[in-house]
Amino acid sequence: MAEKTLPPVDAVVVGAGWAGSIMAKELCEAGLSVVMLERGGRRSTAKDGAYPSSIDELEGATRYKLFQNPAQTTVTVRNRLDQEALPYRRLAAFLPGEGVGGAGLHWTGVHFRAMPQDLRLRSHVIERYGRNFIPEGMNLQDYGVTYEELEPFFDRAEKVFGTSGQAYTVGGKVVGKGNPFAPDRSDDFPLPPLRDVYTAHLFRKAATEAGFHPYAMPAANASHPYTNPYGAQMGPCNFCGYCSDYACYMYAKASPNVNILPALKRHASFTLRSNAHVLKVLLDSTGKKATGVVYQDAEGNHITQPAGLVILAAFQFHNVHLMLLSGIGKAYDPHSNTGTVGRNFTYQNITNTTVLMPPTRSTDQFIGSAGGVAIDDFNCDNFDHGPLGFIGGSPLWVNQAGVKPIAGAKGAFPGGPRWGSAWKKQAVDTYRHSFTINAQGSNMAYRDVYLDLDPTWTNVYGQPLLRMTFDWKDNDIRMNRYVVSKLDGVVKALGARDVHYGMRDPNTPFDVRDYQTTHLCGGAVMGDAPKTSALNRYLQSWDVPNVFVVGANAFPQGMGYNPTGLVAALAYWSAHHIRTQWLRGNGGPLVTP
Amino acid sequence: MTTAPRPPRHSPPSKAASVPPEDQSYAAQSVSSQNETSAPLLTAVSTPRRKVMQGIGAGAAALSWGTLHPHSARAEQASATAQNQAPQTPRPPTRFFTAAELAFLTAACERLFPEDDMGPGATALGVPNFIDGQMNTPWGRGEKWFMAAPHRSGPANLGYQLPYSPQQIYRKGITAVQAWVMQNHHAAFENLPAATQDAILSALEHNVTQFDDLPASAFFEQLRSDTIEGAFSDPIHLGNRHMGGWKMMGFPGARADYMDWVDRYETPYPYGPVSINGETA
Ligand SMILES: Cc1cc2nc3c(=O)[nH]c(=O)nc-3n(C[C@H](O)[C@H](O)[C@H](O)COP(=O)(O)OP(=O)(O)OC[C@H]3O[C@@H](n4cnc5c(N)ncnc54)[C@H](O)[C@@H]3O)c2cc1C
Ligand code: SF4
Repeated sequence: MAEKTLPPVDAVVVGAGWAGSIMAKELCEAGLSVVMLERGGRRSTAKDGAYPSSIDELEGATRYKLFQNPAQTTVTVRNRLDQEALPYRRLAAFLPGEGVGGAGLHWTGVHFRAMPQDLRLRSHVIERYGRNFIPEGMNLQDYGVTYEELEPFFDRAEKVFGTSGQAYTVGGKVVGKGNPFAPDRSDDFPLPPLRDVYTAHLFRKAATEAGFHPYAMPAANASHPYTNPYGAQMGPCNFCGYCSDYACYMYAKASPNVNILPALKRHASFTLRSNAHVLKVLLDSTGKKATGVVYQDAEGNHITQPAGLVILAAFQFHNVHLMLLSGIGKAYDPHSNTGTVGRNFTYQNITNTTVLMPPTRSTDQFIGSAGGVAIDDFNCDNFDHGPLGFIGGSPLWVNQAGVKPIAGAKGAFPGGPRWGSAWKKQAVDTYRHSFTINAQGSNMAYRDVYLDLDPTWTNVYGQPLLRMTFDWKDNDIRMNRYVVSKLDGVVKALGARDVHYGMRDPNTPFDVRDYQTTHLCGGAVMGDAPKTSALNRYLQSWDVPNVFVVGANAFPQGMGYNPTGLVAALAYWSAHHIRTQWLRGNGGPLVTP
Repeated sequence: MTTAPRPPRHSPPSKAASVPPEDQSYAAQSVSSQNETSAPLLTAVSTPRRKVMQGIGAGAAALSWGTLHPHSARAEQASATAQNQAPQTPRPPTRFFTAAELAFLTAACERLFPEDDMGPGATALGVPNFIDGQMNTPWGRGEKWFMAAPHRSGPANLGYQLPYSPQQIYRKGITAVQAWVMQNHHAAFENLPAATQDAILSALEHNVTQFDDLPASAFFEQLRSDTIEGAFSDPIHLGNRHMGGWKMMGFPGARADYMDWVDRYETPYPYGPVSINGETA
């Protein structure tokens, strides 16, 4: 193993996913020399999404071809402070990405903005329900940025991603049958919505009958051929059903690989290095200035890359891990509720309801995309929480991303036989005639739910694993149960043969064995106060002002929507302020605490 | 007719992009409009990634381990034209399981996934071949799991904590079950009546018996999971022979193009499956 120091560059970006690619593109446009370091290999749609070899459920979704290999590095997990955390040895509950494009190559593409109330949830709850409405132990916080401030950046991200959707209002005027709860927009979606698959069509009819307000889910799957502002081209989605976990062979699903990297690679000032695992950010003797990063290359050499600006874009929990390993900011202590790095770690509170339809026609669950039909009647604060006594909500939707037979058979109708002829019969019946309605909800932040370094296990780089202390809490369990119970009218209108309501059970702790989502949030959150946030409103570290940390780590709590639309908008927002303010200043903090 | 699945006719964007696509082989994705109707026409398009194996054992209907090596299932699917293109020497069979292990595995998988009026069982689908083939992959060797010590036990919801790779789970699990069955039933598992086999599998599932270093249920769950994967993964992985699993489920396999079917709400999707190697059914 050799040690080597490279010539300095203006900026180093850690991670080649959505967050890193957006930041690198913006910084190159600003004239900076940029090195982007990605621990995984080179990836492209042409190679990793080739037809027909990529249409392989075993390799893609069962053996996790495109995901992080936990043999290299993983996390440990426990539910409570008094437990020993154990390693997450096999991927299941969440599936972190790896390689050029990050999880952006194999995400599904559901592309939401954030609700205005979600961005200032603490203030909103206090205004509407009073301070006492916030339960003891909940670290409810504002983002420190408003929807109005972020609107141009949401718009920018949708145009770069080629997002298909249906607006409700543009410039204050009703323009279409979009989500009536959605905030106003400066422009329509760049593409019209994807067509409803059969089950989404059924859900739309039934939800309307039940008195709700269905809308087409916004999806970064091109409904028509599209050229984005960078000149990158997308093909039309053909509903192949291989969005989630796969690269899109139609070039229809937005990915950093298709939508940004071709344009980024044209900048002479840009360098991408794959198989470069960043070990830590280097700080000078004051501890208040980053001097670059050190990474391990494929041969095991330790390479120092000096840089004037460090962007961490390694994904939510990897960002937190790198901050803890580098000593950027003060580690969170759940006992005293002090320190910020690791604080407000949250997830996505999802449960799935299985609806079994009459055997008269197949539900064709293999047809899919990131589109679908949702209702927001019970999301966010779109309903009166006063008598309910909990905070948060869930959209309810049919987001059929293509159910393949291995997953379908493993997840056959809950509670039935698990093998043998009786199981087989039920697995086939369920696969052919059922569909799923998800309640994908918010997850609040709690004092004793956090991230820190594990005292026992290390990764192949000899560094302590990140430790997750996480469980579902009463507020969020009650929220989920309330929202799912509202499906009753929909299920009746559907004429379902049978239904299994997927609800959080108060006695069932967070389980790492079942896939939920990879929508992990928080741990290094943005905000107005250095006591409760690791980052200021521009995603700049309060402690080391030439480090910006971009990703869902910045969310103070988890919202009902999927995270990436907000991650992308925050990346553009942060980049905008780096370009217009930070680069013109003295390299110091953009906000004085 | 055995052909490769056609690339979708709803082609990705043309190469007239103002930004070069992400890499050169992109062009291979672009197909000229084939002027097809919505019928599932399968044009014989040679796929660059097609793995052509020289056919041996073609036509073997019932899988008997002795006559069918792990790659012949794939070989069987190679079309005559494909074989003419680039015949390759078959790889020597690299079998992980011993004959005795395989006898147990075949019998156990068949009980988990029996042949019945729904369709073929695990044996006919080649599930034991599939599992054997998977043992010699990075996954089978445990290279896709975090295997670092120390190994401590904890509540089930914190997940798998044993120090074993899939290979080791099978080796230890089969050895332990065989010994246990022999002791209690004085016969090998594969020679017992189906009802007894079911009772034994059920005991494993519910951890009724204890093995020295491997919980019986951990072995059972691995077996169940891999049986399902063998029945429903692409035949390129040696299971799901002739796409029998997919036909039963009503899954169209590698077609992956529903542009014309997404909103025909009165008509369910009508076509049978195709595989990666171009087998149709
Ligand atoms: C199956 C799946 C489906 C999803 N579907 C949706 C969806 O429909 N809608 C939605 O909004 N979100 C979805 N998500 C989540 C979405 O993928 C993420 O929010 C998004 O991709 C995060 O982007 P990122 O750039 O922050 O991180 P990533 O895309 O994870 O990129 C981070 C990169 O950093 C690299 N890296 C990590 N550590 C280091 C290091 N030490 N040194 C160098 N490089 C490092 C990683 O290898 C990775 O490539 C999905 C996720 C998964 C897994
Ligand atoms: S469903 Fe559409 S966007 Fe998704 S992978 Fe298939 S073609 Fe691409």
